[in-house]
Amino acid sequence: MAEPIAFRVNGRACVPGVHPMRRLLDVLREELALTGTKEGCGEGECGACAVLIDGALVDSCLVPIAQVEGREVTTIEGLADGETLGAIQRAFVEHGGAQCGICTPGMILAAKALLDRVPHPGEPEIREALAGNICRCTGYIRIFESVVKAMEPRGERGAP
Amino acid sequence: MPAFIGQSPPRKEAFAKVTGRARYVDDVVLPGMIHGVTVRSACPHARIRGVHFGEGVAWDEITVVTARDIPHNVVALINDDQPALADGVIHHAEEPVVLLAHPSRALLERARLAVRIDVEPLPAVLTLEDSLARTAVAWGEDNVFKEYWIRKGDVDAAFARPDVLVVEGEYATGAQEQLYIEPNGMIAVATPDEGVTVWGSMQCPYYIQKALMKLFDVPPEQARVVQLETGGGFGGKEEYPSILAIHAALLARKSGKPVKIVYDRAEDMAATTKRHPSRTRHRTAVTADGRIVALDIDFAIDGGAYSTLSQVVLSRGCIHASGPYDVENVRVRARAMATNTPPHGAFRGFGAPQSIFALERHLDLIARRLGLASDEIRRRNFVQRGHTLSTGQVVRDDIDMGAMLERALSTCEWHARRARFAEENARGGPVRRGMGLATFLHGTGFTGAGEKHLASVVGAEGLPDGRVRVLAASTEIGQGTSTIFAQIAADALGVAYDDVEVATPDTRDVPNSGPTVASRTCTIVGKLVEQSAVSLKAQLIGAGLLPPGYDGAQFRAACARFVRERGALRATAEYVQPRDIAWDEERFVGDAYGAYSWAVYVAQVAVDLRTYEARVEDFWALQEVGKVIHPLLAAGQIEGGVAQGIGWALFENVVWKDGRMQNDRMTDYIVPTSADIPPIHVVFEERPYAGGPAGAKGIGELPMDGPAPAIANAILDATGVSLTRVPATPEAIFDAMEALRG
Repeated sequence: MAEPIAFRVNGRACVPGVHPMRRLLDVLREELALTGTKEGCGEGECGACAVLIDGALVDSCLVPIAQVEGREVTTIEGLADGETLGAIQRAFVEHGGAQCGICTPGMILAAKALLDRVPHPGEPEIREALAGNICRCTGYIRIFESVVKAMEPRGERGAP
Repeated sequence: MPAFIGQSPPRKEAFAKVTGRARYVDDVVLPGMIHGVTVRSACPHARIRGVHFGEGVAWDEITVVTARDIPHNVVALINDDQPALADGVIHHAEEPVVLLAHPSRALLERARLAVRIDVEPLPAVLTLEDSLARTAVAWGEDNVFKEYWIRKGDVDAAFARPDVLVVEGEYATGAQEQLYIEPNGMIAVATPDEGVTVWGSMQCPYYIQKALMKLFDVPPEQARVVQLETGGGFGGKEEYPSILAIHAALLARKSGKPVKIVYDRAEDMAATTKRHPSRTRHRTAVTADGRIVALDIDFAIDGGAYSTLSQVVLSRGCIHASGPYDVENVRVRARAMATNTPPHGAFRGFGAPQSIFALERHLDLIARRLGLASDEIRRRNFVQRGHTLSTGQVVRDDIDMGAMLERALSTCEWHARRARFAEENARGGPVRRGMGLATFLHGTGFTGAGEKHLASVVGAEGLPDGRVRVLAASTEIGQGTSTIFAQIAADALGVAYDDVEVATPDTRDVPNSGPTVASRTCTIVGKLVEQSAVSLKAQLIGAGLLPPGYDGAQFRAACARFVRERGALRATAEYVQPRDIAWDEERFVGDAYGAYSWAVYVAQVAVDLRTYEARVEDFWALQEVGKVIHPLLAAGQIEGGVAQGIGWALFENVVWKDGRMQNDRMTDYIVPTSADIPPIHVVFEERPYAGGPAGAKGIGELPMDGPAPAIANAILDATGVSLTRVPATPEAIFDAMEALRG
């Protein structure tokens, strides 16, 4: 029997002890009870299951956990500091970035991946960076607005 | 002065949604819960000779439900013609035939593939054209589910006038998948004592309760329905969840265990409802100076294999077919036709986008024939207050479409842009630009006497801590129900937004405020929220607990004291149809809606002559929706609707083969991404409507009506090619251009 797959999720060590070909999406939801990561299509088209792997945006429905061995996975549950929202989450709350909410975790992680890489992207970069995350409710306009507002420095803000 | 109406407080469930804590059906696991799957037919029309359970599967471990297990095999809706599981005859591909449940999803999938449905094929009707031509019979004797006629004035006499030009056209629209990002799903528990309880993704808890009661022949307290967080609906979770709830409940009853069924994307796309495909023929009599004297319209929609909601979709499409225009003579023949395809159903706009597409495209054709500009043909025909619409309804809304048109044209610099594009296009080059326009209305709430029959009820109750809870079955599906209800109640009570909570729809706890459909939640149900709050406040005043000029803290103290000392503090409000609204369903005459929302939409489109791709570059949406309760949510409704309209106009192409959707996945059914959506400039005119809370009318469906015709009209402006069918895919644009070149 091979060594079990070990990785970190939201800063915590994790050895789920399941088959290495299980989808990361299922392991997060079913083994770790992190149900903020959603399944929308199961084929990497909609982005509802997007998570960060070492900071890069990835659709977790396409990733067997063998591929995250030794790596750091960030899910939506890892963004708030307790009850204090991160800047992107807060901007989504204040500027209408979430409607039905099912795409929201993936969308916020896509925005985070962008802003971590490019602190002040222009609108074309925002559109491009979010183009792998489908939202059927908003028409994206309030999501762009939320991302723009999240970039604005605001003194009392908590976690990024 | 309202304190919260007109403001944009954070949506009630925003925190849960941005942290991933919101619980959707697939996030819920009950102890001992097992999974359910559906075995479906592959062929569109057939007699079932037998069902065979193949080898290699431990069938004794699997719960199996067939039609024989069902007490009363019908999905209650309107005509009750649809079975929960096919029995004897299959009427469409993807029709459910057998249900299976087991703890292991992997084993279930093997079992599903091992079921063989042995059939004797029957002749099938697969398109609207074939249904109209009666190439085979899918329903009754003539394939007609329902036929409506509108007859206003004397159409034949108008066409006989010597001074009119007659312009004809035929238009078509394709099916469209709602594509909420959360697929349909339901969990059911059945016990001998409590009956059936279901939790899931839905728009209409009481529709599901009615279906469960009929199928299991149980009273309401034995059929409890609870909504979980719902990841979008757009109509796609109006009627279909009743079937899913029945299926989960049947498996739960037979297995004795909680059962969850969550569709994967392919099953959801292939098997559940979509927007009705349509075909509209227009024949119009118009004078040389552009006055329309008669509209003769033949409107047909493809209802699929069972009647479901098609007659209601048809009536809305039929009434909206003549638009916001003052036409003396109107005849509309409207038919909902049967085909052997999965039933089409509710989708934002509900028949109106289809008939409005045809009319607004046809108007541009008429304008061209007369040498008029597309804004001018509309300007000359707008209905005014006091005029009558096609059903004889006198317009009572305080509306001035002419002024709205001018405002929209000025906002988008219509004339300057058109002039510039005409000049640029004349220079040649690979990209041609154009501007297109659509002007339209959308009726608020149920059609005709629908609201009277619904007789919706809303409650408000005081909580022990002095806050107030709104009790309604209207669902929060992303559009903002919980938020606007709290705003409306807070202002009616004179308390803070945070001191109002909105109950989760649960048929055990909330009254039936009707389905969450038809742009009725804000205006019809919101009015009842306002009334129930006012009535609750009156009880506190009557009890001498609220001093004049009270503040929020005093209200909380009074409410808490009432609950502590006297017990329940509860008020309800029931819908009463205003006396000045009258509808004759037999003659299809009268006040079709209590009010209308009105709009002028403009699209700027670029067509690339190398790729034949049309791209919307800029979009303006001006609408009059009465008082805007929550400007941020309202803008979000418009932008989201426009985006779905752009998808329907350009990308969303359901490909059919043998009555089945071929592109049942997001890889090849293309919806707009963030890279496809232009800037959307949303402008509200607010003319308060006496029938709505603080003057609000309906908003949700309106933005679906305008984009497709505005975009197709812009393509005409850019290229001279008149597309009579959406979606206008590159292939369709290529074909139309080739045809024009001859």
